[in-house]
Amino acid sequence: MENKKNFNVTFYLLIIPVLLWLVILIVLPHIDLLISSFQVDSDAGGKIFSFEHYMAFFKNKIYWLTFVNTAAYAIGVTILAFIVTFPIAFYLTKVISKKYASFLVLLLLIPLWVGELVTVYGWMIILGDHGVVNQFLIYIGLIDKPLPLLYTNFSMTIGLLYMSMLFMVVPIMSTLESLDDSLIEAASDLGASKWTIFRKIIIPYSMPGITSGAIIVFMLVIGDYVAPDILGGKSSLWFTEQIYNEFLATFNWGEGAAFGFLLLFISSSIIWLTLKLSGQKLERVGS
Amino acid sequence: MKKLVISSVAIATLLSGSLYAGNGTLRLITWKGYAPKALVKKFEKETGIKVKVTYSNNEEMIAKLRATRGGGFDLAQPSVDRISFVQKKFHIYHAIDYSKVNTDQLTKAMVDAAKRISKVDGKVYSVPYIYGTTGLIINKKMAPGANDWSDLWNPKYAGHISYRLKRPILIGAAFGMGYNPFALYGNKAAYQKLIDKVTKKLIESKKYVKTYWTSGDTQKAVVRSGDVWVESGWDAIGWQVHEKNPNIDFVAPKSGALGWIDTFAIPAKSKNIEGAYKWINFILQPKNAAYVTNKSSYMTVSKDASKYLDEKIKVNYNRSYSKEDINNIKWYAALPSGFASIEAKALDQIKAAE
Repeated sequence: MENKKNFNVTFYLLIIPVLLWLVILIVLPHIDLLISSFQVDSDAGGKIFSFEHYMAFFKNKIYWLTFVNTAAYAIGVTILAFIVTFPIAFYLTKVISKKYASFLVLLLLIPLWVGELVTVYGWMIILGDHGVVNQFLIYIGLIDKPLPLLYTNFSMTIGLLYMSMLFMVVPIMSTLESLDDSLIEAASDLGASKWTIFRKIIIPYSMPGITSGAIIVFMLVIGDYVAPDILGGKSSLWFTEQIYNEFLATFNWGEGAAFGFLLLFISSSIIWLTLKLSGQKLERVGS
Repeated sequence: MKKLVISSVAIATLLSGSLYAGNGTLRLITWKGYAPKALVKKFEKETGIKVKVTYSNNEEMIAKLRATRGGGFDLAQPSVDRISFVQKKFHIYHAIDYSKVNTDQLTKAMVDAAKRISKVDGKVYSVPYIYGTTGLIINKKMAPGANDWSDLWNPKYAGHISYRLKRPILIGAAFGMGYNPFALYGNKAAYQKLIDKVTKKLIESKKYVKTYWTSGDTQKAVVRSGDVWVESGWDAIGWQVHEKNPNIDFVAPKSGALGWIDTFAIPAKSKNIEGAYKWINFILQPKNAAYVTNKSSYMTVSKDASKYLDEKIKVNYNRSYSKEDINNIKWYAALPSGFASIEAKALDQIKAAE
């Protein structure tokens, strides 16, 4: 009895800061934003309830088109991230020894320490007309005029991929680590080809890792601001830039809030739909 | 609800422990280069007031002050044309008490301009600090003939053009097309029509643009890399690049450079108004103002600062501005409310166009 009471006191002492943090800094501001997204200035100078801000998103082609574009890129980058990182994760967990693997993982982490803005500037140096890639290609005589690499959808995709890759590697690695090597050996003994082993054993086994990686990458990319803004081309209007503009350039906070909630709602729906279609369960992903 | 949010914000501020302000500190929100470290130290020594500097820009400054209803900072530095409509709508500034400002050390024309542009209901809301123009930064080796806003859609420089997709480009392009946008500030419908024309022009010529620069740093980077020959830009940035690469220089456009004045404005909930006036009078002393200008190339409204200016500042100024250029500067008028959204919509359209 005594013990249980103690547990309760500690429990509440520990939970209170977390709850305070969540409620004061996350829940309350969101409620305020939600309210302002439904408010419009009336002619009398007061505020009236209205769906106008949400309607604006569907009425103006430029807004929803930007969103579709952003979401399409986010999905594309997620797939690319999987293709690029799966071999890396497999190599690190199954091929080389643990000692080297942890060192290589450390190397993978380094770009994360310097921050997104710095890595984005790094890509500017690498991809510019007078950058490393173009100068090298000119030097070996493959091209005589610099290729337009920077400020294109290509450079933006590279930037987004680079920043989000790691969030795909880690969850996949953690599932692959628990994959028993004898499963692969057994399949091999029974005459399965490498491709079959990959398709029938490795992929299904690491699916929870892939799904959670995909969710993180998708959310990171769709909500990113820096890479599209700096590396993006003349036409790469990102939805987050749209929200930023509503708040800071137009001073239309209601509209910006409405767009923010639309982003949250639609991107969550996309994830929910993908989970349903692929037969994955969020509970399994979380574990 | 509002009360809940306010009290929650208050608690959050208390928790983060940043609620120590008073006569001992001056929380200044300003632009990069406007409050050099050496002068901050000198001020702290002279007055005992600690200065906490936050770097920002017009949009963020206004958004921050609006969110706190004029709190969080004791002194702000918005551009003069962005004060009156914000003040009318959100009431985030204190009126300036000019008896506390040492106007003897300031250029009278600039003080008059700041007073005129930032006036709301008979009260003045700003003290001028630094001024300059937006014009063109040109790589003279690659584009020797470029000298007007219209060169930003000149096919001769296709693929080597850049500008920032913000308000100034709409205004500059309008002047380059032979219109005067400021004359239409009284007529919303006519202004919308003009902006539509400008939007069409900039979408048609989008294929010539290399990229849209987004900050002072990227503005420098694109022209220094050699990728861009003709770009819109600020005079001081052009001169800073000129120091490193003499082929690149600031050019005042033929149809008029756009003149801006950055000012001091006191937020409504400033906790150290005395300190704010002290800082204004301190930093505009001729020697201090000259120090700022020598370091950043931004021009100061301090009258006698010219005595202490480096030779290169005067050389820059005379090289880029003829007498006609100076007389032809188009000073930003106060932006009427509601016009910002016309411009923002146009900018979105241009950015999204293929």
